[in-house]
Amino acid sequence: MAKRTMAQALNLALREEMDRDDGVILLGEDVGVDGGVFRVTEGLLDKFGEQRVMDTPLAEAAIVGVSIGMAVHGLKPVCEVQFSGFSYLAMHQIESHAARMRWRSRGRFPLSMVVRMPYGGGVRALEHHSESKEAFFAHTPGLKVVIPSGPRNARALLASAVRDPDPVIFMEPKRIYRAFREEVPDEPETLPIGESRSARDGDDLTLVAYGSMLRPTLEAAGRLAEEDGTEAEVIDLLTIAPLDDRRFTESARRTGRVVIVHEAQRSFGPGAEIVARLVEKSFWHLEAPVVRVTGYDVQVPYFAREGQYLPDVERIVTGAREALGHA
Amino acid sequence: MPREEIDLRYQVPCLSILDEDGGFDDALAPEASDGLLRAMHRAMLLARRLDERMLKLQRQGRIGTFAPVSGQEAAQIGAMAALEDRDWFVPSFRESAAALWRGTPAKQLLLYNAGYNEGGAVPQDAHDLPIAIPVATQIPHAVGLAYAARYRGTGAVAITFFGDGATSEGDFHEAINFAGVFATPTIFLCQNNQWAISVPREHQTHARTLAQKALAYGVPGIQVDGNDVLAVLAATREAAARARAGDGPTMIECITYRLSLHTTADDPSKYRSDEEVEAWRRRDPIPRLQDHLKDRGLLADEDIDALEQEVAAEIDDAWSEAQAEMGRLDAPDVIFEHHYAELPPYLREQRDALRGPGQREED
Repeated sequence: MAKRTMAQALNLALREEMDRDDGVILLGEDVGVDGGVFRVTEGLLDKFGEQRVMDTPLAEAAIVGVSIGMAVHGLKPVCEVQFSGFSYLAMHQIESHAARMRWRSRGRFPLSMVVRMPYGGGVRALEHHSESKEAFFAHTPGLKVVIPSGPRNARALLASAVRDPDPVIFMEPKRIYRAFREEVPDEPETLPIGESRSARDGDDLTLVAYGSMLRPTLEAAGRLAEEDGTEAEVIDLLTIAPLDDRRFTESARRTGRVVIVHEAQRSFGPGAEIVARLVEKSFWHLEAPVVRVTGYDVQVPYFAREGQYLPDVERIVTGAREALGHA
Repeated sequence: MPREEIDLRYQVPCLSILDEDGGFDDALAPEASDGLLRAMHRAMLLARRLDERMLKLQRQGRIGTFAPVSGQEAAQIGAMAALEDRDWFVPSFRESAAALWRGTPAKQLLLYNAGYNEGGAVPQDAHDLPIAIPVATQIPHAVGLAYAARYRGTGAVAITFFGDGATSEGDFHEAINFAGVFATPTIFLCQNNQWAISVPREHQTHARTLAQKALAYGVPGIQVDGNDVLAVLAATREAAARARAGDGPTMIECITYRLSLHTTADDPSKYRSDEEVEAWRRRDPIPRLQDHLKDRGLLADEDIDALEQEVAAEIDDAWSEAQAEMGRLDAPDVIFEHHYAELPPYLREQRDALRGPGQREED
């Protein structure tokens, strides 16, 4: 066991998967010599050579499109879009081809590939470097969307994503690349894609979160226990699509009260789908309106004001008390 | 610091071997057996007659919208005849002639155009990608395939087809640039058919040729008479040899013409003159090759009659097979297939809902 940051844990996963399978190829802008702008691919060019770690021209559509061609051939490309805010330049490759090639070819060309992209705010970055658009990808059949919440699950989920037979959009909460360290086992580890987990037990309230919002949500749950004597179960989604609705709908049936936390804009965001599933599957057990603590339906402000946009512990506690306040 | 000119000395070769007046350049002609010449002629004829049949079927409402290939058979057959089964074929949406050459049954094309996903199924051993409709988006796939083929040491190359309009799209530029940087064994085959729906070639770009766009990326570009199957064959062989030797990609601009519609939803009389179409009919690639084969004693009039009958019968059979298959393709939940390796739970619920009560299946 060693304590690692999420960036180091992701690097470990890539190193292990590249060792394990010579079909794994990394490509993207600055992923080679520079080791990636967040250093996630550091040292991999030296270890695996330029055939397998490709510094590409600055062209997102080509990075994803070339990866699709590689995956058609049976390689397992792991490409990096430097920031999710630039993924729209490759959106047609993701939506029109990555998501559809298995379907269009009637199973002849499944695409085992990963598109990694840092997403989310909280690092005082420029415009286009702070958004959370996971709903764009989750709305497309054929894709899987995975968002880790810490070093250990990031390493295990990335390993699973590389081995997955379907294209995975792997969104890395950039705010926690280096925010904290966790014990990460030395031996390889995977986690099933499509399964959420319970990050904290509780019977009074259900808090649903993922990515960088997990930590403030856990902190809010701690405060609710301390200040109000309220025990919240915290569910960490880990996979956004296909959405695992079993755990949160079961939890809702037990607690009757649900708060959803995400930094993506609210309308038509992941929270909207979660509310819909709750209504479909747990309606008769709900004791209060479901509360969404999310980014507002505005463009993510420049960083001087991003604190007003991003949900924080205070807003989550307030949202939870609102859900609990209904008799 | 003086102002100096960088002398680039770029040239775009332009190749023609068998011209519209029957002129034939023996020195430039590619080696082609009598069998290959006859096979190319037959494939071009089959593609043309299938096109004509499909147009009738579409007008009768029996199949849906499709993009006719008429006029571009030489560009497609000449290119594919230069390649091997192990090579990768990455089409856009007008490559029915190339697909037939690769062994896609006419029945599959009919099924696809009748609106059944099954028509796009790719056989397990085929190195053919399915039809890609968004213009130019398939081009980067041929770069990835070529890179992978070289990485795996298969010796294969990848060819991708696109039109004049596609050269205005970003994906074309991103892909050819990428291929140049990594010297991938890719052949970029542009069918410059003069029209992107209603927009003529000269409104697509101010550049004199499309082939010269490759030069900006350090990739050789050549222009060929795309209605001359021998010129296309020769140019593609040369490009494939370069690619296999590790010398990287090539762009081939085939000067050709879309004799028919953009798709069956289009009315070209709105934007181009009959005179223009007639001028191009005189350059039709099929009679040109046919006359040449007759001159060489490889084809007689009675052979052509027999061939026409054979091709018509093949198309009749394909349509019968397609209809029979459509009759069998009635499972209500096929639409759920092939999205993921394993159907996720929520999709399973939706499929069960479509199946109706009592039809749930545990899997």
